[in-house]
Amino acid sequence: MSDTTLSSPAASDGKDSSVPQKTSLYKEDALTKKRNASEKRFQAYGITAILIGLFFLVVMAYSIISEGIPAFTRTVLTVEFTVTQEQFDDAEGQLFKTRAYEGVFTEAMSQQFQEKEIAVPFDITAIERIVGKPGNTIRQYYLANPDQLGEPVEFELAASSRVDGYLNGRLTRDNITDSRFLMKSDLDLVDVLVEGGIIQTVFNWPFITGADSGVDNPGGAGIGASVVGSLFMMLVVLFLSLPIGVAASIYLEEFAPQNKFTDLIEVNISNLAAVPSIVFGILGLAVFIQFMHLPQSAPLVGGLVLTLMTLPTIIISTRASLKAVPPSIRDAALGVGASKMQAVFHHVLPLAMPGILTGTIIGLAQALGETAPLLLIGMVGFVARGYPDSFVGGFLDPNSAMPAQIYTWAARSDFAFYEKAWGGIIVLLIFLLSMNILAIILRRRFERRW
Amino acid sequence: MKFTTLVSATALAVASTAMVGAAQARDQVQVAGSSTVLPYASIVAEVFGENTDFPTPVVESGGSSAGLKRFCEGVGENTIDVANASRAIREKEIKACAENGVTDIIEVRIGYDGIVFASQKDGPDFTAFTPVQWHNALAPKVLVDGAIVDNPYNKWSEVDSSLPDVEIAAFIPGTKHGTREVFEEKVLLVGCEESGAMKAMMDGGMSEDDAEDACLAVRTDGKSVDIDGDYTETLARIDSNPNGVGVFGLAFYENNTDKLKVATMTGIAPSTETIASGEYPVSRPLFFYVKKAHIGVIPGLKEYAQFFVADEIAGPQGPLAQYGLVSDPELAATQAKIEAEDTMK
Repeated sequence: MSDTTLSSPAASDGKDSSVPQKTSLYKEDALTKKRNASEKRFQAYGITAILIGLFFLVVMAYSIISEGIPAFTRTVLTVEFTVTQEQFDDAEGQLFKTRAYEGVFTEAMSQQFQEKEIAVPFDITAIERIVGKPGNTIRQYYLANPDQLGEPVEFELAASSRVDGYLNGRLTRDNITDSRFLMKSDLDLVDVLVEGGIIQTVFNWPFITGADSGVDNPGGAGIGASVVGSLFMMLVVLFLSLPIGVAASIYLEEFAPQNKFTDLIEVNISNLAAVPSIVFGILGLAVFIQFMHLPQSAPLVGGLVLTLMTLPTIIISTRASLKAVPPSIRDAALGVGASKMQAVFHHVLPLAMPGILTGTIIGLAQALGETAPLLLIGMVGFVARGYPDSFVGGFLDPNSAMPAQIYTWAARSDFAFYEKAWGGIIVLLIFLLSMNILAIILRRRFERRW
Repeated sequence: MKFTTLVSATALAVASTAMVGAAQARDQVQVAGSSTVLPYASIVAEVFGENTDFPTPVVESGGSSAGLKRFCEGVGENTIDVANASRAIREKEIKACAENGVTDIIEVRIGYDGIVFASQKDGPDFTAFTPVQWHNALAPKVLVDGAIVDNPYNKWSEVDSSLPDVEIAAFIPGTKHGTREVFEEKVLLVGCEESGAMKAMMDGGMSEDDAEDACLAVRTDGKSVDIDGDYTETLARIDSNPNGVGVFGLAFYENNTDKLKVATMTGIAPSTETIASGEYPVSRPLFFYVKKAHIGVIPGLKEYAQFFVADEIAGPQGPLAQYGLVSDPELAATQAKIEAEDTMK
């Protein structure tokens, strides 16, 4: 760095008493040292900032993964037993059918354990506490396969959330207090069953494919239904906000006259981008549900609300990428006789596409993680209870979305749901990451340099 | 232009889906309201869907007041059928309902919920409380030596020598919660009366209403923290503060006995038995409200209400009691009421 020319005017200002001297360019004088030091310091600040950021990223990734991993495994009992026609008819005749099947199951288990002469004392309630809610699995099986009645059938049934917690180390013998959910003595039976290979830990497919469950049945809860809900919402957002947003920005950028009115529109679009998302939720409730009478808790309404939220993001990024296309391209197109519209659609828009796609996917990703507006249109609670039965149903049947489902789980009292919430976050992040990767791939593909 | 056709086609498609949506009849029961009732309602909804041919009802959370407000918005498919509430419906709400045409409301009491005072399992020995202690610990003005003064207490041991020698740190439900009302009524007000502070305030020239309001006030110097979220948030606060004492629902506490220990209130330990018998003082009834006009329109609505309070579900051996609800001894009367579709008043 040269310094003499710079240091001399400072010296001649009289701030420095020393007389300007001719020195070698290779020799650092005081001012140069100071400037170099300040540059070093600035670099150090930058590196520190990045390191802090990285540190938090690592902490976040670690806590998400370590807390969320248990959600991907589940504890199952693999057992073989028989339901007779008589038991089936009896259970189907009751109001609480699934409970009747559970009764049949525990009785059969108790008998089997006695025959196998299991070394620890146990009673029938212990089996009830160890097993989750097997009733519906058993009932659905026999409703679908009535010919299996009377034959021994092997079932893989979820263990209760506390047994799950005991096997993955969340609960230990020390911090368990006897309650109607689990007694300390039950753990002896669990240990024996684990040794005997009856209780196993397997990959939790129902978590990926299943729907939400009641609060007393964490073993049956899955995120699949709300992933589908999110997907349908994103379809609505994509097919509404992309055409509307791109059309609006092309008009504003390429065709609209510059006057007070368009200025007003521009200012308002920028402001809309900063509006808190919950406001859109209130708007959605008032307009789409109360005024337009669209169904409550429907992904269609969720998608419409999120479209409102995403539009400004898409318009702003589209306009920026349209602006970034050099005017020479337009001029050349117009010069060879293209109409204004041809110039825009044949030449400008294709060049702006990578930017538009990136903006759209970032907007979608933002919408995907949004919970607040969904709270008001009825998508938070026990909503994602099953898969929609048709394509149209996917838009109209009540369903939740991933972030709303995670929020619901995190608020439930059974700790197993808390693990599921973290597991849900992992699934959500995978979803987001794949969307971002898609954005990068599209960008690479369409990108053109000039 | 290709692009313009795409735009108009999308717009058309969306418009037509919207029309279909408006025309399609709703076939599942729609429930909203109290976050305290939500767990029970979600258990019933799941089991109802599994055991009947009706689709599983949708249960949304949001709080008693918000639920009742939506309930009272009117009659029709785009309004909810059932409102869950952790308190009885108010006169004002009934009036608001009637103004919007919601006149016939069936009130269903599903059981009772206990409110417990719990602290970190390995924390200081908070094992027994009385309402007077809570009043003295939390009120902004308390009675000391016959005079009403600004609350001088900083530690529980100063409030009562039987309590641990640690800073007061109470995590109580925020004002939007139904639980707060019960806490105020059954703990703060009772404590205020029993300690004589209320009488002293009235002797000092306050009207009874003003004195009551003063009794319900909570100090604002940070010793008492309002929790606006749910019990998981209270639990997180207790987790990070070994001296903290929090207010929880009985069911929540019972699900987290590995982290929490509970204190008695006036010598009675909270349990489903003591709450059902009325011995444990801090409990409240839980309700849901059914729109009679929707029965017969929304398939499964009456069946859902009947299923909810059936002996197998809401009775002492049912899954709700298993989760922590205190069963209502008068369940049979409630069942008969739903059967006859008896509305309020």
